[in-house]
Amino acid sequence: MVAPRCGPVVVVDVVSVSIQQEGLDDGPDFLSEEDRGPRAVNVDLQTDATLQVDISDALSERDKVKFTVHTKSTLPNFKQNEFSVVRQHEEFIWLHDSFVENEDYAGYIIPPAPPRPDFDASREKLQKLGEGEGSMTKEEFTKMKQELEAEYLAIFKKTVAMHEVFLCRVAAHPVLKKDLNFHVFLEYNQDLSVRGKNKKEKLEDFFKNVVKSADGVLVAGVKDVDDFFEHEKTFLLEYHNRVKDASLKSDKMIRSHKNAADDINRISSSLYTLGTQDSTDVCKFFLKVSELLEKTRKIEARVAADEDLKLADLLKYYLRESQAAKDLLYRRGRALVDYENANKALDKARSKNKDVLQAETGQQLCCHKFEKISESAKQELVDFKTRRVAAFRKNLVELAELELKHAKGHLQLLQSCLGILKGDT
Amino acid sequence: MAEQTDYREPEPGRGEEFSPEAEPLNSNGQNSLLEEEEEEEEEGEDLFTEATEEVSLDSPERDVLLSDGPSPVTPPASLISPHLPHNHLYTHCSFDEMEEEDTPDLFDISILVSDPEKVGEGMNAYMAYKVTTQTSMSLFKSPQATVRRRFSDFLGLHGKLATRYLHVGYLVPPAPEKSIVGMTKVKVGKDDSSSNEFVEKRRAALERYLMRTAKHPVLLKDPDLLTFLECSELPRALSTQALSGAGILRMVNKAADAVNKMTIKMTESDTWFEEKQQKFENLDIQLRKLHCSLDSLVCHRKELSVNTALFAKSAAMLGNSEDHTALSRALSQLAEVEEKVEQLHQDQAGADFYLLAELLADYIRLIGSVKGVFDQRVRLWQRLQDSLLLLQKKRDAEAKLHANKPEKLQQARDDIREETEELEGKVQQGERDFEQISKTIRKELFRFEKERVTDFKEVIIKYLESLVQTQQQLIKYWEAFLPEAKAIS
Repeated sequence: MVAPRCGPVVVVDVVSVSIQQEGLDDGPDFLSEEDRGPRAVNVDLQTDATLQVDISDALSERDKVKFTVHTKSTLPNFKQNEFSVVRQHEEFIWLHDSFVENEDYAGYIIPPAPPRPDFDASREKLQKLGEGEGSMTKEEFTKMKQELEAEYLAIFKKTVAMHEVFLCRVAAHPVLKKDLNFHVFLEYNQDLSVRGKNKKEKLEDFFKNVVKSADGVLVAGVKDVDDFFEHEKTFLLEYHNRVKDASLKSDKMIRSHKNAADDINRISSSLYTLGTQDSTDVCKFFLKVSELLEKTRKIEARVAADEDLKLADLLKYYLRESQAAKDLLYRRGRALVDYENANKALDKARSKNKDVLQAETGQQLCCHKFEKISESAKQELVDFKTRRVAAFRKNLVELAELELKHAKGHLQLLQSCLGILKGDT
Repeated sequence: MAEQTDYREPEPGRGEEFSPEAEPLNSNGQNSLLEEEEEEEEEGEDLFTEATEEVSLDSPERDVLLSDGPSPVTPPASLISPHLPHNHLYTHCSFDEMEEEDTPDLFDISILVSDPEKVGEGMNAYMAYKVTTQTSMSLFKSPQATVRRRFSDFLGLHGKLATRYLHVGYLVPPAPEKSIVGMTKVKVGKDDSSSNEFVEKRRAALERYLMRTAKHPVLLKDPDLLTFLECSELPRALSTQALSGAGILRMVNKAADAVNKMTIKMTESDTWFEEKQQKFENLDIQLRKLHCSLDSLVCHRKELSVNTALFAKSAAMLGNSEDHTALSRALSQLAEVEEKVEQLHQDQAGADFYLLAELLADYIRLIGSVKGVFDQRVRLWQRLQDSLLLLQKKRDAEAKLHANKPEKLQQARDDIREETEELEGKVQQGERDFEQISKTIRKELFRFEKERVTDFKEVIIKYLESLVQTQQQLIKYWEAFLPEAKAIS
């Protein structure tokens, strides 16, 4: 997952976390994996010199995150070659929705919107920690606090990366990059005054979705003449469900991993206390093992975090993208049904010899729309596959390399500790 | 009726009950008291199921100590050390003296408990374990002995050892705990992983129990232990039932004595004991905390294992539906790797448990023994004080009698003289007992600490080695996967 370059201090209402403090524990590892080259990881994009977008900074306040979107462009329609604006999550959503609602883009896979930044879980944990401060030793408390801060930082970096990927996808898309709303989003340095949807609109959306999914089922039932699309339809349906399942299961697995790492933390503290209390020979053992566990716990936590980044996030992203691809197919299917209906209407009109011209134009429009969507959809789906394969390859390779790296480090720690302990007996 | 087995346990593993009375078991293993006990059991069960919950989680050794049983069998004469003059007691005894007695005479014995086999059917079924002893020590009749024993046999052995040795301050290792839930499952014939785990847990615990008992130089020479290890036929230990009449009485006494203990305030003149007691209190607390965290770790690792397996299946499905062949293959490989990793986690959780968690549990129970032995010393001190008080009263009475009419009350004076002498004897015996137990406890604790150090060191190293193995396997699996991932094009 991409992490932005270091920005200024992040201020949070409960705790202050500094992105700059990469020197903290094993912080550097987080960034050292990332190549400084093309940014987006889950998507393999061509970096186009004419338009480069990234999120150079982010600030977390209270319950919102402010992203600084930085653009470098040689395109003539921008006033400057390089500029930055501050955007919030709602504005990203507005941009995404504007694409979805634009009929012209019906034939494209709309890059999925980034998920809302969610620090609730982390904040809750931090609060619980504050409440439970009295019941644990000072070292334990500091350790847990550090951990939670690291977790908070990780979530923060993730949300920044996801927003960035969205923008990069748009910037790399040959048609979407020219969208006017996108340019406004990038350049307009005032607040876009995009309010979040109010209750009424949310309700409308909900009904729209219900209708859409019902419709989708109908549309999906229509057998497609084109083999390619028929195949894609079945493939995407199954794939989407399986990615969803895999994403859920990987999340669970990673959470268990984190829990186990937490336990090791507590064990390490207990051993430390035992070691300081004990006056016999074995106290050295306890202290050494406590130290060892402290380090291995960090490694385990890092393994879980890397699995999260390379596996869980990958799966989540392709869950969203496959949904976007499904949406494209739905739109095409819808257009096909409309086309067929228009054909029927034309036949009927010709037989009755009434409103023939109207029917003809209607039919032509539908035909045109359908063909346009079909054409671009084909390309989009092929691109989707290429992107997907590349992203999986990259992430799986990196996952394996990281697992190996951590396992080797872990092994080394264990062996050196064993060497010392055995030498003592 | 007479063949009632020991399955009527009231609570799972809260501490076993056994009769402190050295009930004479004739060769058939019949116990004359048995039928009486059965009836009381039927009635008493409801009432006392609650009672058992309230009793604290102390070592059952305290049962032995708290009951006013017959005076303890004195340990073999060779082990009673010469009577030390008073002034030696309250200074730190030179440990050289103790170490001399400790020179091990080539301790070489290995005991294995294996091959659990279910014998019988239904509620009368039980597990029989094979106990194999290999040794070169002259104590034993032959260098190798194999016998079959059931769980109640172990409890019976422990009962006898506890009766004999706890009274005088020896740390008798506690036997593994009873568990109704676990045993019932096995009896009922459920052949699933949890009942297999239970049997394995018990087998390992029995093995550790025997080894620990055998390592004790005094206990090793005990004839009952030798019989247990060598004789093919062993009289059934029926007095190990959970809810016997005697058991109920013990529980009531225990509660009463717990109250009493709070009022006994011993003036400890030996700081060594005070220090040690405090140390053991601390150790107890820390070990319990550690045990708790370890339990949690075992639980989470098992969870991790399960979730990894689920993920593996899901990844395989995903690979199936992926239409790019190379990626599909890579995903299937990933699924395979995760399956192997799942097994690793499972094994590691096993190591966490069997190596570390069980060791801690053993030591927490052992510390219970230590506390019991400390308590016994306090009780002896109490008895001594009581005797001293009585003696004083008698002496005062004697003096008073002397003052009046010396001639007429010759008989009374003689009586009192007799009583006084008797009490003086008692006091002397009490002092000797107290000195003896103090000395024994010191020795025992010294040995205990040494053993504790070796035990922990050994287990920690074994545990770290298991961790090393896990990581090495992990490396192998991921190294095999990497080229597959790179092969995606």
